[in-house]
Amino acid sequence: MRSLEYAEPVGSARESVLSRLERWSFFAVIGTAGSVAILLLIAPTVIVIVTSFTDSYSLKFPPPTFGVRWYAALWTDSPDLARAALTSLQVSIAATAVSTVLASVAALAIAKRRSTWARLLDSLFMSPMMLPPLALGLALLAYFNILGAGVSMTTLIIGHVAITTPYILRTTVASYSQLDPLMLESARSLGARPWFMFRTVTLPLIAPGLAAGAFIAFMVSFDNVAVSLFLSDARNEVLPVRLWTIIESNLDVRAAAVSGVLITTTIVLAIVMERIVGLSRHIK
Amino acid sequence: MPARSKHIFSDWQLVLPLTIFFASFVFGPFALLVVISLLADGSFSGMGADQYIRFFSDAFNVTIAVQTLWIALQATALAAIVGYSLAYIYTLSPPMIQRILLFLIVLPLLTSAVVRTFAWIVILGREGIVNSVLLHLGLIEAPLRILYTPAAIVLALAQIEMPLMVLPIITALTNIDPHMREASEVLGARKWRTFFMVTLPLSIPGVLAGCLLVFAASASAFVVHTLVGGGQNMLMPLYIYQQAIQMNNYPFAAAIAIILLSSVLSVVMVINFIGRRSRGFVHA
Repeated sequence: MRSLEYAEPVGSARESVLSRLERWSFFAVIGTAGSVAILLLIAPTVIVIVTSFTDSYSLKFPPPTFGVRWYAALWTDSPDLARAALTSLQVSIAATAVSTVLASVAALAIAKRRSTWARLLDSLFMSPMMLPPLALGLALLAYFNILGAGVSMTTLIIGHVAITTPYILRTTVASYSQLDPLMLESARSLGARPWFMFRTVTLPLIAPGLAAGAFIAFMVSFDNVAVSLFLSDARNEVLPVRLWTIIESNLDVRAAAVSGVLITTTIVLAIVMERIVGLSRHIK
Repeated sequence: MPARSKHIFSDWQLVLPLTIFFASFVFGPFALLVVISLLADGSFSGMGADQYIRFFSDAFNVTIAVQTLWIALQATALAAIVGYSLAYIYTLSPPMIQRILLFLIVLPLLTSAVVRTFAWIVILGREGIVNSVLLHLGLIEAPLRILYTPAAIVLALAQIEMPLMVLPIITALTNIDPHMREASEVLGARKWRTFFMVTLPLSIPGVLAGCLLVFAASASAFVVHTLVGGGQNMLMPLYIYQQAIQMNNYPFAAAIAIILLSSVLSVVMVINFIGRRSRGFVHA
């Protein structure tokens, strides 16, 4: 007992050096790896933006001289890209509208349930996130061909509804689950009818989640290549497929300018959505 | 309470529209895909496992399948290591920095995958930043061929899918009771020991959830495979596209799609299984 008491200060003194060393090495390792991660998150985007202001015909980085010629080329002689962008907007808006209605209504039933069928349906509806989108594209193409429908704007929108549904379902189910049941209970006890209650209590409370989900769904649809590749023809080519073709075939520097426009638009929209509905909270 | 209807419609009516949509445009087409993959040839002349036998009896095809999964696995491991550090730094940061970090993590998820892939072409290309720096430092005499190699695909996939890894880990890390870590340190465990014996095991469910998403996304990342890998690195998604669109060989394309789908789903199931066991461990 006595020797233990005696030994303690010596032990703790040695330990403090060791533990200081360990603390230091721990934060050095975590800090280095974390800084690499942050650099990896930001650097590629910055490099694309810088490259898009090149004045040369190659994607040399850093650019030898700077200019806005490729942005000008987008504006003046890129009818293909403009048409593709318009098609993309139409498809994504339509698909988001349809999947928002379908998914938010279904979420109403799924959210508060813990029953087996509710969980089964939930995982079935979430499955497009795990299934290879290329397989879905191929499956839908074969399906529409056998039905004799061929590919059109409608088939493209249908494909996009399937891939965007999980995103809306996830944010709306989360919002419904966080609804305070007392809120609904008090509305009901005050005599609110179901539809009135939905409009005045439920909907305003889940609106941020719904909006965040719809925004993510729109971006996912606007960005999709794998499904669109199978479901669109030359008449309704979407922007990401056009961009993919450009980069894959001749690596035209206009691709950098398109990327610049897309990055800027995404950042602006994301900041706006962050301010209004707390976007990143809903994705997390 | 349960006797009274809580909403305007009963539950099954609410999930009906989405269920009908999924039955018609997701599961119906996938069932058709399975049927097509079992056709002996394109002319409905007979059914059988011919396409699968053809796939697995050719070493070239098997190599493509193995390479696709191996690249996805490497990308997942890389994303897990780098992503974990980022998630850990997030949990140590003050709220203000956390908000910025979260926004930076979420932003790439919303940015077009074609654009983010394009960034890697600019970085790794012949005249890209990596080659410029190496040439400038005199470490190499001629530009290295980095783009169009499997290593480039792994690197690009890890960076592009990293947010999918970081978000679930952040959730898992923030859910850990801080008292656990304090208890470990009070009991004399130093930083590394606390990390490996307490923090890491408790965050394993988040890591596995991230691995699941990154692996599924990486195995079917058509855009990254084709743009960073090029035509020389044939992987399953490109193979599906090539067989379906260029060779018009739908039964074989369908079989490859089913093989890709089942291999992704089996890895997902294995990870889920480990996940269930580790959750049991966490809550024990």
